[in-house]
Amino acid sequence: MSAVTELESQSYVLLRLGDRRFALRAECIGELVTPSRIIRFPNQTPEVDGVILRRGRIVPVCDVTETLTGHKLTSLRFYLLSLRHYGAHTETVALPVTGECELIAAEITPASGDHPAHVEGWISYDGEVIEVLNLDHLTPGPGPEAKELAHAAAQESRP
Amino acid sequence: MRFAPPLASKSRPVRAEQMILFRIGSQLFAISASAVQEVRSGDSLAGAATELRQSHVRKVRHVVRRGKRTVYVVNGAMHFGLPPSQAALVLLLRRGRAALLVDAIEKMTAIRRLQAVPRAFCHVERTWYRGLIVAEDTVIPVLNPGGLLEADELSLLDNLVADIASEFAAASDEARVTA
Repeated sequence: MSAVTELESQSYVLLRLGDRRFALRAECIGELVTPSRIIRFPNQTPEVDGVILRRGRIVPVCDVTETLTGHKLTSLRFYLLSLRHYGAHTETVALPVTGECELIAAEITPASGDHPAHVEGWISYDGEVIEVLNLDHLTPGPGPEAKELAHAAAQESRP
Repeated sequence: MRFAPPLASKSRPVRAEQMILFRIGSQLFAISASAVQEVRSGDSLAGAATELRQSHVRKVRHVVRRGKRTVYVVNGAMHFGLPPSQAALVLLLRRGRAALLVDAIEKMTAIRRLQAVPRAFCHVERTWYRGLIVAEDTVIPVLNPGGLLEADELSLLDNLVADIASEFAAASDEARVTA
């Protein structure tokens, strides 16, 4: 079996955070919406900025920019509503993104165990190698401290 | 392009439930009216309350006897990590051993839809709140009365109250002997 046949071709959504692009599997994406009023209430989960209301549903806003790029998000243009798995449950989380998103088909090179849990693999697109993200290990939730591990990994890889 | 299927609703349909909306600082909260036994002004309770000056639980500064129950008055602003506020009312709760010091009662409202706290909120707030409601053009957390004091906090407070009672008894004995 050649190396090429081992690769999977799937649909991904490219999103921009600051000056970097990342990818999510298309089946994890709900919709792209314009920013609405963010509502905050007391909590002790700093990774959640607050919540937005979307068709009567309460959706948490999780800004992953600093974890992934080391910088805070400076310009918010949209919320990318994405699906996050919590064991058998799935919930929607809103990811603030800097620019419009793009749907592409690409082949993923899966990440090995040496890489942070939030990196599912890489795709090559438009002359750029783009990280495919695993939201289940990037956004907060009960269970292993994957978020902290991801943050530590980002700190280490920062120039 | 294949998008994810729409999610099944995670909200729990409920019969209309009367909620008391109250304020701590600028933050609005809700609590089920059935969970509240009495609303008293802080002043009216002052005579019946004992001050806990050496409390290791910073959010509790007073204890009140209610029948056979010892009830600890929890400062809402400190509990939720909000800036200090002008607390004027005490919500005495039907169950549990905590009362809550709040700034003001805003209104009562009937709600039919209590939404679960999203799982992204994964820390102590999951015990603070029963859920979230959409009312007053905003999202309001619904207080879980059982989340006001944790077991270890109750244990610390019980020990402190027991110590105070012992000291009081000893002082009374001493006064009797002197007399």
